[in-house]
Amino acid sequence: MSGTAAVVELRGISKRFGRIEANRSVSFSIARGTIHGLIGENGAGKSTLAHILYGYVTPDSGEIRIDGRPAVIRSPRDAMAVGIGMVHQHFMLVDTMTVLENLMLGQERGPLLARGEAAARATLGSFSSAKDSRIDPDAVVETLPVGLKQRVEILKALHRGAEILILDEPTAVLTPIEAAALFEELRALSRSGKTILLVTHKLKEVMAVTDAVTVMRHGEVVGELETRSTTPAALAALMIGRAPRPPSKAPAAPGAPVLEVTGLSAVDAQGIRCLDDVSLVVRAGEIVGIAGIAGNGQSELIEALVGLRPVRSGTMRLDGEDIALLGIGARRRRGLGHIAEDRLDLGAIAGFSATENALLGRQEGADFTRRGLLREAAIRKTLEGWMQAYDIRPAEPERSFSQFSGGNQQKLVVARELERRPKLLVVGQPTRGIDIGAAELIHARLLALRELGAAILLISADLDEVRLLSDRILVMCDGRIAGEVPAEAADESRLGLLMAGAAEAA
Amino acid sequence: MVPAINLTAALVLSGLVVLATGADPLAAMSALATGAAGDGASLGYTLYYATNFILTGLAVALPFHAGIFNIGGEGQAYIGGLLSALVCLALGPSLGSAAIPLAVLAAAAGGALWALVPAWLFVARGSHVVITTIMFNFIASAVMTFLIVNVLIAPGQSAPESVPFPAAVSMPSLGPMLGPSPLNLTFPLALMLAGAAWIFLRFSRAGFEVRAAGANPHAARAAGISVGAAVALSLTLGGALAGLVAVNELMGAQHRLLLDFPAGYGFMGIAVALMGRNHPFGICLAALFFGALYQGGTELSFELPQVTRDIVVVMEGLAVLFCGALENLFRARISRWLGHEASA
Amino acid sequence: MSDAGAELLSVLAAMLRLATPLVLAALGGLFCERSGIIDIGLEGKMLGSAFAAAAAAALTGSAWVGLVGGIGVATLLALLHAFAAVTQRGDQVITGMALNILVAGLAPVLATSWFHLDGMTPALPPTARFEALTLPGAAAFSGVPLLGPAYLRVISGHNGFVYGAILAVALVALVLHRTRFGLRLRAVGDHPQAIETAGISVAWLRYRALLMTGVLCGLAGAYLSIAAGAGFTRSMTAGRGYLALAALIFGRWRPLPTALACLLFAVADAAQTRLQGVALPLVGVVPVELVSAIPYALTVLLLAGFVGSSRAPRALGIPYARGR
Repeated sequence: MSGTAAVVELRGISKRFGRIEANRSVSFSIARGTIHGLIGENGAGKSTLAHILYGYVTPDSGEIRIDGRPAVIRSPRDAMAVGIGMVHQHFMLVDTMTVLENLMLGQERGPLLARGEAAARATLGSFSSAKDSRIDPDAVVETLPVGLKQRVEILKALHRGAEILILDEPTAVLTPIEAAALFEELRALSRSGKTILLVTHKLKEVMAVTDAVTVMRHGEVVGELETRSTTPAALAALMIGRAPRPPSKAPAAPGAPVLEVTGLSAVDAQGIRCLDDVSLVVRAGEIVGIAGIAGNGQSELIEALVGLRPVRSGTMRLDGEDIALLGIGARRRRGLGHIAEDRLDLGAIAGFSATENALLGRQEGADFTRRGLLREAAIRKTLEGWMQAYDIRPAEPERSFSQFSGGNQQKLVVARELERRPKLLVVGQPTRGIDIGAAELIHARLLALRELGAAILLISADLDEVRLLSDRILVMCDGRIAGEVPAEAADESRLGLLMAGAAEAA
Repeated sequence: MVPAINLTAALVLSGLVVLATGADPLAAMSALATGAAGDGASLGYTLYYATNFILTGLAVALPFHAGIFNIGGEGQAYIGGLLSALVCLALGPSLGSAAIPLAVLAAAAGGALWALVPAWLFVARGSHVVITTIMFNFIASAVMTFLIVNVLIAPGQSAPESVPFPAAVSMPSLGPMLGPSPLNLTFPLALMLAGAAWIFLRFSRAGFEVRAAGANPHAARAAGISVGAAVALSLTLGGALAGLVAVNELMGAQHRLLLDFPAGYGFMGIAVALMGRNHPFGICLAALFFGALYQGGTELSFELPQVTRDIVVVMEGLAVLFCGALENLFRARISRWLGHEASA
Repeated sequence: MSDAGAELLSVLAAMLRLATPLVLAALGGLFCERSGIIDIGLEGKMLGSAFAAAAAAALTGSAWVGLVGGIGVATLLALLHAFAAVTQRGDQVITGMALNILVAGLAPVLATSWFHLDGMTPALPPTARFEALTLPGAAAFSGVPLLGPAYLRVISGHNGFVYGAILAVALVALVLHRTRFGLRLRAVGDHPQAIETAGISVAWLRYRALLMTGVLCGLAGAYLSIAAGAGFTRSMTAGRGYLALAALIFGRWRPLPTALACLLFAVADAAQTRLQGVALPLVGVVPVELVSAIPYALTVLLLAGFVGSSRAPRALGIPYARGR
């Protein structure tokens, strides 16, 4: 940091939301032309800080200096005026429009689009590095793979004249190979003088690509380090304030097969095969993990198993019975449980209370309904029990689901599904976007369920999670099972190769 | 507190409109009030109108909970009238007052049937309910016009009405309680149905499924709830309720089948439901308000001829606007007066 | 020219006339809904404009003043809708409904008060109305077989508004796809956050969209009272605003398909008056009252055959709160 001019300087930034102090007197600086990591677990305040830099949120106190000059950033427009651009985790792209139109948005250069179009094409041309990553300007964004969509996001920021790029959790949706390509691109940008702020909770990324890193915890800066002088373990300790506690895992003792999938194939709305001859077995008392990044058929596999997606061919047997023609309710009655990948879309109803959400998926059970009427007292009592056992806070059953934090929401959904003691549990992204404490509890519960003899199919984009919990790991790529690896032998490079579709090494 | 202020704003603006026509707003308001509840008979009329609004309001609110906009109340009421009239005319002479419950069921069935087709089209073919229910209103109007003018008309008369129903097949009047008015047993029936609707939505499993389907159809489906069934159920129940307007109008007041008897009640049900925030209790209150406006409006146009009945419609519009859409207009300012911290 | 041919031309001409208010109102609704705001208030805007146009024309004796008045009132109503929906973030369905009811009552009240007729304006003299236009060469070419009569009866001889409506379809499509405003409009209805992150104001964009809605609905309403008709009468829009909304949904919120849907409704409407008393094959004479239901039954049948969801603008109906 010494010697290189600071292009971004934050001094004493504080921001409070109601009773929560999201940022507490945050101060650090970013040197020009460097890749700077901002790391912390979910809820540490790094997202708030990024939002402050891009003008979504105005700090209660503190100062921002860009190039040594104080900057007042109250809106994205102000941020762009001082050269700050943002690449969002959830892309700010209009899916129904083309790449060119998305680039032009805000940079139309006139009431008719002719000049804006020319300028956008120029940007596409100059920044499109060679290889096979040429982007067709007239492609509709919806049809692009995730990696390319992200490229468009980056190009958008550059087209708007960003000198400072903020990337918010950029690798959440990328395969290891795509992530590596992204890092290459970031290094190239940094060499050409752009400054990059990488906001993430992934230690490996920070170690791989950043020059310096700021660690946040509970809204405060707890460390400012040069990357080459630290280790992942040190960073982890700073992030959570204590050593991580991996759950204890009893040795595997799998029983009879509970789920047998043979030759499963399905097509999506465009007629493209999203599941291609998938076969797998999950036994009682074992956790089978499926590694891979979204878009390779994992979501479709979950949907097919649960009953949300019809299959074209193949069989799915639950305890020997073919469930392909059964509806969702029927499958649940036969002991299938499901923790959805997206808790707010599929797993719960945001506007309902915790009590009503506890009922979701269990509304047919005799414990919760009698003669068509809901047994409110019984539901509430059971929910209070879960809140105790799973440390769900605040323990208010009538509180609206949307008012619980992400971690508590997920614990509620997990409790609801686990406490049914399903024979087969299909789990998608169980700890995505939640704090470490909640994640640890959920991992412990999943392992406990495994010991009780349930068969669990775990699908997650978090390789560490998959390796931690699974007894066997399958890798999906392009809708098919690319390979199987026992947990002990699963190292990241091997899994990464399988995920990218390279042939399995002998 | 805030709703009271919103309503006041609506009334004040209405008064300004009255002023613009050259009449005295205060005289108009007092005429309205006395017209609505000045004596027993007026109150009876108010409650009689409110009955229709409770029914059509519920007819819109139930499907709304499932995420569906039922604009078909007019047609559903109309067809309910058809089936109940047929029962009254066919079975009335032989069964007498024993035919009443059958006719009530027929009214509900007629409305339910007319809602079932758009419901099925939505579930099976994805047809947009707003469009189909609008179309079905027009179709019902055409069909009923045809039937009333050509088939059911009382022989030898020119007025487009059916033969009068047998006297025994009429809903017992509540007139003696308050004063001469068409108020009849349908009013307490409507209140009970509102209560039943509340119990259904709040306490029953089917009601939970309906609300879940409306709040988040993806999550509901993943939980094993059939969204299509929930939609169909709520829409059919809504249609049945709208059909019961026929019981109030035809069996309770007119005692024969008339052309265009739904007269806009089905449509106004939308306003009632929105103002009552789709809650059965709120709907009862909103229905009472609209009923009072309807009845008071008649008195108003009597006393102040230069102010036509249309002023009542203006008041309804302003009431829905301020209580429904602009409800937060005054909220911030009031909070500040009361010393609360303005919320973000 | 055979009888059937003449009949056909007559139906086509009627179709264009009947479709005009629908097309104009539907295009107005298109701007609003593409920006992400539900608009069930097309009926109210049309009615308000019809009244204002007729009243202004009656008071000044000028059709052009009437037109300005109609557009002005419709725009005012649209801005009121914008205020409630965008600034107050109120329920958009309730607002639209409330404005419909308000106008339905206010127009007759004012009409009665100002003109002392029951809820209507006095009949307008020809100077205060827009008359039909004859396109150049219509009479001269009428001798040409097929094309001549077609030109004379179907294409020429319409009100200026009819040609305006046809032009409007092309203009709206152009604006939507070839201008900065159109690009941003399409974006904000689908993904308002993308607009905000680009530094553009979502609210201002939506207000401008509703301004367009007001202008187009104003044209639609004015057509009814000072071009097609000769004054304002109570409830003269007769549900056309809702039909226009239906056409918009049918047309998947795109200008040309929406216009075609309007034509469909209009041709069914035009045909049914001519089918009254006419013996059809198989069925015989269809009773007058039932014939009027044909356009609607047809729509339902088409909807039943229409498999596939309408692709509504994704942010439709969701009030936008700035920032996170």
